[in-house]
Amino acid sequence: MKLITRYVLLHSLIAFVCLSVPALAVTGNDLVEDARFYDGARIEFTGEVIGDIMAREDFVWLNVNDGSRAIGVWAKKDLVKNIKTAGDYNNVGDRIKVNGIFNRACREHGGDLDIHAESIYLLEKGHPIEHPIGLSKIILTVVLFLILLGVILLPRFHKVSP
Amino acid sequence: MLLRPTKEDFRTIAYYIGKLIVALGAILAIPLATALIFKEWDMAVAFLLSMLLSILIGLLLQKLFFSTHDLNWSQGLAVTSISWLVAMFLGAVPLILSGHYLSYLDACFDAMSGFATTGLALIQDLDHAAHSLNMWRHLMMFLGGQGIVVIALTFFMRGTAGAYRLYVGEAREEKVLPNVIETARFIWLVSLVYLVLGTAALTIVGFLEGMPLVRSFLHGIWIFMAAFDTGGFTPHSQSILYYHSLPYEMITIVLMVLGTINFGLHYALWNRNIKELFKNIETRTLFISIAALFLLAVIGLTQLNVYPDWVAQFRKGFYQIISAHSGTGYMTIYAPQFPQEWGAMALLMTIFAMGFGGSACSTAGGIKALRIGLFFKALIQDIKRIMSPGTAIVTEKFHHIKDIMLGDKLVRSAFIILLCYVITYFLGTIAGLYYGYPLEKAFFESVSAAANVGLSTGVTDPGMPAGLKVTYIIEMWVGRLEFMSIFILFGLAVSRFTGARGRSK
Repeated sequence: MKLITRYVLLHSLIAFVCLSVPALAVTGNDLVEDARFYDGARIEFTGEVIGDIMAREDFVWLNVNDGSRAIGVWAKKDLVKNIKTAGDYNNVGDRIKVNGIFNRACREHGGDLDIHAESIYLLEKGHPIEHPIGLSKIILTVVLFLILLGVILLPRFHKVSP
Repeated sequence: MLLRPTKEDFRTIAYYIGKLIVALGAILAIPLATALIFKEWDMAVAFLLSMLLSILIGLLLQKLFFSTHDLNWSQGLAVTSISWLVAMFLGAVPLILSGHYLSYLDACFDAMSGFATTGLALIQDLDHAAHSLNMWRHLMMFLGGQGIVVIALTFFMRGTAGAYRLYVGEAREEKVLPNVIETARFIWLVSLVYLVLGTAALTIVGFLEGMPLVRSFLHGIWIFMAAFDTGGFTPHSQSILYYHSLPYEMITIVLMVLGTINFGLHYALWNRNIKELFKNIETRTLFISIAALFLLAVIGLTQLNVYPDWVAQFRKGFYQIISAHSGTGYMTIYAPQFPQEWGAMALLMTIFAMGFGGSACSTAGGIKALRIGLFFKALIQDIKRIMSPGTAIVTEKFHHIKDIMLGDKLVRSAFIILLCYVITYFLGTIAGLYYGYPLEKAFFESVSAAANVGLSTGVTDPGMPAGLKVTYIIEMWVGRLEFMSIFILFGLAVSRFTGARGRSK
């Protein structure tokens, strides 16, 4: 009984120490270019969710781009339930803050450089992107079309060589 | 003695370039349709504008320089080499109009990278690119891999001797079938069958791995086009790492290998001649080279304790080596990880894999397995000659679709191209060093560009010097066309001023 109590106390202490260590705020470039330094560290990574949120049983893969690089984040499904918009041509994705463990070469995921999320906070909701068509492009297209019609009607300049 | 090209020579060249440009303009209808389907209106205008511009220039050339002459050798090779440059300039128009590029030079870089199936990219904010833009980027790889001229041969030309000269200009000396038009059509048949099968496999896996059906289908087409044509573009900035999926990586490995196989070998396999796979000098050379380079890379990675287990060694080590050797350039690691984590040994093996390249008459770049194989055969022959009595006649033969005697002429032509590649690799490296990059990065990137691979250590970046961008564009161009048609182009330009009067055949 004494041994069990000691065991529980020791592990609680380790967990407390680990959780109380402040996460290092990092960029994607920091993680990729200094991967060995951050390997296994608790980090804080902020960026936009891009592409797809890919469900894998009770977990999901999402890719988060902070403007310098996109990094893969492995998270439990319930951590991402607030994420609604992933960035693509039509939308700026949700901006999130990921706290988790960084892996330079993740043993669980075939050596991927990834973050195993412990918590995810939604900082800013995604929104649609406007893609206005420039008037100059339209005018140029019409002009090109008219010139093309003229060229089609143009006779061939055939100079027969001796 | 060089003959001075006549005005009629230039007229004929301009006329055929016009034909190819019209073909390119017609193909822009595919990304245009994609833009319309997905309601990407600004991109629809960009593609329509580019399409009209291409057709307009092409028609103008055909009208102004109308010619009834068939192409002779120098004209055919000049048409091919100029067409690739013109394709770059016109293919870059929708790219720059997309707003994803800092300059027209960057757009030209990506267009040449696409057509030459290299895969180095300067695009900005790729993760927010339109579907139609991605369609065009990957379609350029498909067109370039098949050969821009092959497309024109298939759809726009009748059987002429000139057609064969264009075909050869695109670094495809081997005719799979006796007729060059039939060969071009067979190349398309093989590619379209694999397109259906590969896209289906990638779509299913993408869907099962958590992507929505439409996106997994689009990614399936794009990834197929860039994998089978050993290109290397992807719709996201993380390359294949974006998918975090072993099955996806496995399928791309199969596609990369299929893309790096000689179309002659594809023809043999289609006719159920499975033995050819084991007898062919190219497949043997490829197998030995991949196995040896992977083994040495693994030794290097293990010494530095880069990956935790064998699964990771395979998914990172083998994937990068096969991607390098096939000339694809797909990555499951980040570019800076090469120089910072892989160490000198694994990095050098990757450079060798890129430099050696895939098969001749395939979509792969680099020196090619056939030439590497011939080099070693010739070496063995010479050693045997030295060791044999003086009167002995030492012959060597090899199997490539059929048994062929190893002659000095064959070895010489293989060696000249091999040497041209090596010189190009070194010249590109010197350019990288001139701009202040470290040796290993400059060498890696130069080989990647000239061998049309697309793996990067991070040198290729929108911020790199314009001179280096131009250097890599030239390396991609000469590497893809395997030098000869470009030498002929320069020869024509020089002989315009120095050549004797007369008409070339």
